[in-house]
Amino acid sequence: MSFSTAGYQLAPALPELVLAVGAMALLMLGAYRGQGTTRTVTSLAVVLLIVVGALVYMQPAGKQVTFGGSFIVDDFARFMKILAVIGSAVTLILSTEFLSDPSRRIFEYSILVLLSTLGMMVLISAGDLISLYLGLELMSLALYVVAASNRDNAKSTEAGLKYFVLGALSSGMLLYGASLVYGFTGTVSFTGIAAAATVSNIGLIFGLVFLLVGLCFKVSAVPFHMWTPDVYEGAPTPVTAFFASAPKVAALAVFTRVTLTAFPGIVSQWQQILVFVSIASMALGSFAAIGQSNIKRLMAYSSIGHMGFALVGLASGTVEGAQGVLMYIVIYVAMTLGSFSIILAMKRNGQAVEQISDFAGLSRTNPLLAFMFAMLLFSLAGIPPLAGFFAKWYVFVAAIKANLFTLAVIGVLTSVVGAYYYLAIVKTMYFDEPAGQVDPVRIEVKTVLAVAGVFNILFALFAGPVVSVASAAAKSLF
Amino acid sequence: MTTWPILSVTTFLPLVGALIVYLSRGDDEAARRNSRWIALWTTLITFAVSVILVMRFDPANPDFQFVEKANWLATGITYHMGVDGISLPLVILTTAVMPFCIIASWKAITSRVREYMMAFLILETLMVGTFSALDLVLFYLFFEGGLIPMFLIIGVWGGPRRVYASFKFFLYTLLGSVLMLLAIMALYWNGGTTDIPTLMHTAVPRSLQTWAWLAFFASFAVKMPMWPVHTWLPDAHVEAPTAGSVVLAAILLKMGGYGFLRFSLPMFPLASHDFAPLIFTLSVIAIIYTSLVALMQEDMKKLIAYSSVAHMGFVTMGIFAGTMQGVAGGVFQMISHGIVSGALFLCVGVVYDRLHTRQIAAYGGLVNRMPLYAMTFMVFTMANVGLPGTSGFVGEFMTLLGTFKVSLPTAFFATSGVILSAAYALWLYRKIVFGALVKPSLMSMKDLTLRECLTLFPMIALTILFGVWPKPVLDMSAASVQQLVNNYNTAVTAVKAAALLQ
Repeated sequence: MSFSTAGYQLAPALPELVLAVGAMALLMLGAYRGQGTTRTVTSLAVVLLIVVGALVYMQPAGKQVTFGGSFIVDDFARFMKILAVIGSAVTLILSTEFLSDPSRRIFEYSILVLLSTLGMMVLISAGDLISLYLGLELMSLALYVVAASNRDNAKSTEAGLKYFVLGALSSGMLLYGASLVYGFTGTVSFTGIAAAATVSNIGLIFGLVFLLVGLCFKVSAVPFHMWTPDVYEGAPTPVTAFFASAPKVAALAVFTRVTLTAFPGIVSQWQQILVFVSIASMALGSFAAIGQSNIKRLMAYSSIGHMGFALVGLASGTVEGAQGVLMYIVIYVAMTLGSFSIILAMKRNGQAVEQISDFAGLSRTNPLLAFMFAMLLFSLAGIPPLAGFFAKWYVFVAAIKANLFTLAVIGVLTSVVGAYYYLAIVKTMYFDEPAGQVDPVRIEVKTVLAVAGVFNILFALFAGPVVSVASAAAKSLF
Repeated sequence: MTTWPILSVTTFLPLVGALIVYLSRGDDEAARRNSRWIALWTTLITFAVSVILVMRFDPANPDFQFVEKANWLATGITYHMGVDGISLPLVILTTAVMPFCIIASWKAITSRVREYMMAFLILETLMVGTFSALDLVLFYLFFEGGLIPMFLIIGVWGGPRRVYASFKFFLYTLLGSVLMLLAIMALYWNGGTTDIPTLMHTAVPRSLQTWAWLAFFASFAVKMPMWPVHTWLPDAHVEAPTAGSVVLAAILLKMGGYGFLRFSLPMFPLASHDFAPLIFTLSVIAIIYTSLVALMQEDMKKLIAYSSVAHMGFVTMGIFAGTMQGVAGGVFQMISHGIVSGALFLCVGVVYDRLHTRQIAAYGGLVNRMPLYAMTFMVFTMANVGLPGTSGFVGEFMTLLGTFKVSLPTAFFATSGVILSAAYALWLYRKIVFGALVKPSLMSMKDLTLRECLTLFPMIALTILFGVWPKPVLDMSAASVQQLVNNYNTAVTAVKAAALLQ
């Protein structure tokens, strides 16, 4: 395959092109055929995402660069893209019920998710600051709208608006940082920056800090996490599941790529920032979640904490660290999608329930659901032999190798604090008296839950291949 | 000789049983009976398989046997299983105690029987796995995974303060273990692998030894439990259902002692030597202090829980004495305590099932209506005291003997604990069994049923058998203990010699 434009190879960007064209075609379909096509558009969008995922999977191994270095496809990018695509596809599947409500038959929803996914893929493949910003904005703008997709609900609208205002602020900072970096290094490409940024220079560091602020906002790391609880709570649950999975993959991917490939010469400069950010995230994620009574808010704090753990791997700045980040994000996505499918399944008399107290006695009214959720919660707490343990193992093992002992010790101690609130939910489900029957679970939610649950429980059995793939992907960055 | 993976079969058979229990649907009485029988048969078959282990075990060989190795995670982390003379007795103890736990829960557990049996079977897999894992990550997986079923057992089927007790149990243990996890990581980078036999022969720098020892200590001291981190144990014991207490006392506590023997002593001999005085101090405090606390208890289970802490003090003291007698005595004491304390909790369960209280004051004069029970309870009380002729004596005597050679004051104070243990155990026995039967609620108490005899009498036999003839256990562990002690002493004397030369 060798089609090209203006001298640039297009083959590396083929999945993105297919996704963009496909999204446009679906938009046309929806626009001309009206709201009645919501269901068709959603199904086709899932198919499109599967095709795109397959295309990414089939791309040749090794590193390909196109558009003059702006667009990189390596093992790392392919790994993260597949994960992001899976996250988006699963969210769309989980959204079918939300979209089937007559008042919310909005086909644009699926289109926006597709466009956001396109942004993520560009972001993951970004090889310079320009494509980074392009991808980031495409992803975010679609997300702002999706957050407010439940138009008649004040909380959803508020979530969208809040996310937009704060997101715009962070984009501004990121852009400011990018311009400073450009100013002090004379280039926007990551390899060029890496070549220029060998000694620490105050202007460059200013740029780096602002760049990191923007990225921290996107992964919702402390102290730029404030939007997360409100948006998670306000947005419709399938949207929250989306926010918690795919965009986090993309943001973490670009975070990793920028720090490791653009600033490898000044590791000590960004390492201390990352150490602080991850400690603060882990601590806040653990302590602030204790007081929550809404499960979606709790998951927001939990995801803040988990991003802190993932950044522990990045803070070590080594191949092992990058591998840890990859392992963490795979397992995190599986755990998150599983947990959110349970939150989606929790309905009484057709009404979604979101309070933790609503889970009381679930182990008797719906034992399988309770068991799956309990396992996911233990996994989120990092208890072996569940998947979450392996996630923590790979980030902390990298931190230990990089001699970040303080970070590692604080990290594991906060994970014990975090275990408390996960246990509190298990307690509600298993030790308390039932709070009433739960509605039967829809088939698509059941399927997602089954896959995520089995992945989570039996991860130890097939951890070997996942580790090898993650290790190869991590090496492609160095 | 066939080469089927006998150790993995022993480990994972209960898990298969749990799956079968899960598949037996239904919630009526028939389904409950089914899950009880499936669980019982699974534990019995597992025990039978583990007996094959004993028969094929070569006690003269100090190294790991029945070794199985398979690729698991990339880079130095493998699925590696095997037992030696130190772990095999504990594996057998586990498989032997489990059927008793199932029988003891036969009538006592009436709600959610299916889940209960599954939790116990899964727990058995994790416990056997802990003792037979030869890879640190695999070990940690089993060691820590056991928290989940135990948390549920205490929390779902426990007493009135079960939530508090289960949280305390879980978080305390987790807190200790995560520090050990970091030490495991440090060892991984030091040796390039988490393979336990390889790491035993890998030199660990002195400073890393110190830190890693402390981290492992944090985990095992909580699990053991040693004073002052023992406070979760009385709560967990009091709130857990009878079988939960039995498992906790008989097996879970042994994981701490096993950890010291498997990791601390062989991998960090210098740090173990340096910290031995600390262990001695804590052990002596545990023996004396918790014995005194036991004297003050009003709850039967709590009293036995505190006495467990005291008896575990003998184990740690013996292990860190680093002498043949001390270490072998520690292993023996673990087995003996496993049988005796398990049986004591079963004895408490017997009366609790009838009267639904564990208050010592609620009982008295049971000998008049329950002679068989009085006799059974007496044997275990005497074994708990350490009366010669019971297994309790052998373990305590050997650990004291081993410590005597190393630290006279430790041995002296620890011996005083024996007197104290006689005080509280006999006091408990007198309050419950002797005296006139005056309380009206006790008038209709029935003696041991056949089912209860079935659980208690084999334990009596073992207690007395090992008391007069401890050779089977000691022989099984002798070669491995000898090798452990030799390696430990070689390492310590080498450093002392080097220090003298300078």
